[in-house]
Amino acid sequence: MAAGAEAQAPRPASAGSLRWRRHLVTGVFLAPALVFLGVWIVYPTIRTVIRSFYDREGSTFVGLDNYETLFTSDTLVKAIENNALWIAVVPAFVTAIGLIFAVLTERVRWAVAFKIVVFMPMAISMFAAGVIWHIMDEKNPDRGAVNAAIKVVRDAVVPSGVLSRGDASTPELTGSPNRGFVLQTPLRPGETALMGLTAIPPAEMPEDAEQAATPRPRPGAITGVVWRDFRPGGGRPGVVEPGEQGIPGATVELRDSGGQVVKEAKTGPDGAFAFEDLDPGSYRTAISADTFAEPFTGVSWLGPKLITPAVMIAYIWVWAGFAMVVIAAGLSAIEREVLEAARTDGATERQVFWRITVPMLAPVLSVVFITMIINVLKVFDIVLSVAPGSSQDDANVIALAMWRTAFSGVNDFGLGSAIATFLFILVIPFLLLNVRRFRREAGT
Amino acid sequence: MSAAEATVGGPGGQRRGAREPRAAAVVRFLGRLPVQIFLAVVAVLWLVPTFGLFLTSLMPAGLISREGWWKLISKPSEATFENYRALFNDDSITKALWTTAQIAVGNTVILVVVAAMAAYAFAWLRFPGRDTLFIIIVGLLVVPIQVALIPIFSLYNSTGLFDTVLGLILFHVAFGMPFAIFLLRNFFAGIPKEILESARIDGASELRIFFRLVLPLGLPAIASLAIFQFLWTWNDLIVALTFGRDTQPITIAIFSQLRQFGSNIEVIAPASFISLAVPLAVFLAFQRYFVQGLLAGSVK
Repeated sequence: MAAGAEAQAPRPASAGSLRWRRHLVTGVFLAPALVFLGVWIVYPTIRTVIRSFYDREGSTFVGLDNYETLFTSDTLVKAIENNALWIAVVPAFVTAIGLIFAVLTERVRWAVAFKIVVFMPMAISMFAAGVIWHIMDEKNPDRGAVNAAIKVVRDAVVPSGVLSRGDASTPELTGSPNRGFVLQTPLRPGETALMGLTAIPPAEMPEDAEQAATPRPRPGAITGVVWRDFRPGGGRPGVVEPGEQGIPGATVELRDSGGQVVKEAKTGPDGAFAFEDLDPGSYRTAISADTFAEPFTGVSWLGPKLITPAVMIAYIWVWAGFAMVVIAAGLSAIEREVLEAARTDGATERQVFWRITVPMLAPVLSVVFITMIINVLKVFDIVLSVAPGSSQDDANVIALAMWRTAFSGVNDFGLGSAIATFLFILVIPFLLLNVRRFRREAGT
Repeated sequence: MSAAEATVGGPGGQRRGAREPRAAAVVRFLGRLPVQIFLAVVAVLWLVPTFGLFLTSLMPAGLISREGWWKLISKPSEATFENYRALFNDDSITKALWTTAQIAVGNTVILVVVAAMAAYAFAWLRFPGRDTLFIIIVGLLVVPIQVALIPIFSLYNSTGLFDTVLGLILFHVAFGMPFAIFLLRNFFAGIPKEILESARIDGASELRIFFRLVLPLGLPAIASLAIFQFLWTWNDLIVALTFGRDTQPITIAIFSQLRQFGSNIEVIAPASFISLAVPLAVFLAFQRYFVQGLLAGSVK
């Protein structure tokens, strides 16, 4: 108590030294942070802006030349276009998905578990996320998960073929892979059809092909075989010989005398097929064009055309969780009474959602949206990891272009500084928007 | 998160349940069934990529080039940890992990201490220009990393910090600073004035108040910050790519594998999984703090 009284009694000498001591203490607390900020942020910002007005070596002042290159060089223009695409697509998707998830998880008891699962990709680095999707996006549907899934769906809708080409081995079989092959010989029930194909590369023969079976006639049925009518060193066309394999999985049509397809069948491992219980009459058999339909070889997600959408998908996978968590927090801040009152007044869920929830969420939604715009402007790691070297140019974005200009290849610090400054200028208005939002929210 | 939990289970739900006959409750559950199914499907879809990476890392090298990881589900006997064993026998990956740990832990520790001190000054010490300076510092959040890369590159080259762990650490500290000061200052400002006042009257020095009172009280925010910064810097690529060459954190190690070989998935997959296992584990253990830190920065 006595010490306190002493400190309060004004005494010129100690009051002055007290203030000096206080400033020293303040200095001690502030100095390290200020040094970090000054050296690593403030100084470089000024340096970069200045540097952008000089040429590659840094010795000649070139004014706005670098900026002109920025808007005329092909690679850089492509990068800017890509970023524009990113801004147009990704923030909207991420915010919308986040909103949907946030709203839906409100109704479910295991909301927390769901949120953890969807948020988890944010803990993985953007780079690792990119690696994951790089592996998943592989073109070959046998190895790339995305294409495998597409294949499953596609095969259910459009059957895939067995062979890519073939020619008829006998003149009675006419046609082409595009239109299918028709056996011109009319057949009656109890007769057999021999449809041989040649010009099939051995590698294309399905794995389960077996020795072709000579068809045995059956009353009331038309039986037949589709086989690879080729024996190295000779052999007779049109005759099933040992060593010749049947073509399994080929689609065979049974056509009536008018040419209409009345039945279809698929050949077994020995190439054999049968159409049973037929009405008497004249028929023809044909190998359907479906047999030669292109099998699904996979969408080239990592190729130049689709690389940007592929990277975007990976990015949305990572960031949807962020949007969801932030919006969910905003949602929980909306007073239940307001919503309950509306429901009691007879509003449907949809009306409650669109007329009350969304407008009340508008500040949160815009913060998320604007944050995503800022993030998307700076996207870098994930492009590097998803896009293979051959697609880097098509996937190019501003942050990546800056890095490559300055630190790989050309090593043009002047142009690189210009790109960095350009990025900076792009980001500022959105950040100011967000800051204004914060201050309005916080009421400061 | 806890607020959301409160509304999900919530008082409203319980009130309804008490009055509702069983049939109506079942109808309401069924009404929610589409939502439950939809969310379940989404959750599974969201897990598939990471799960796929894990399975890919378990596939022997020969199988990887021929088949997809889902084949492993029907043929579990083919799974092997051989890829991981090979990885750890190879020095470069273990070294990369150690480098990453040094960078991530090092910069987080320094950042927390320096930012906490500055945050305290902004919250509780009075000096001319305090609020303006604070706004300027928060404003520095605007600056994208790209703007600093070229000048710091030159600076590091001339001061010998290029390609050093210390150089990377210092860069991360600096760029984490604006957010850290923002976060901590707002939290510290919430400490009741009386606690600090009475300590001052008791004659405690500012340093003492800082270490004995403010830091312990600020632990939740400090923990959030630490976790956030740790994860952020563990996952960094661009800084290490610019300022390092032989100093390689795990992200760079994987990146050079990807660039050089691209198709040696038997190395890339396990390395990637290990590199994401650490932040994933940290995230799962501390997800409450992580989300709090995130919310503090985005929605006030």
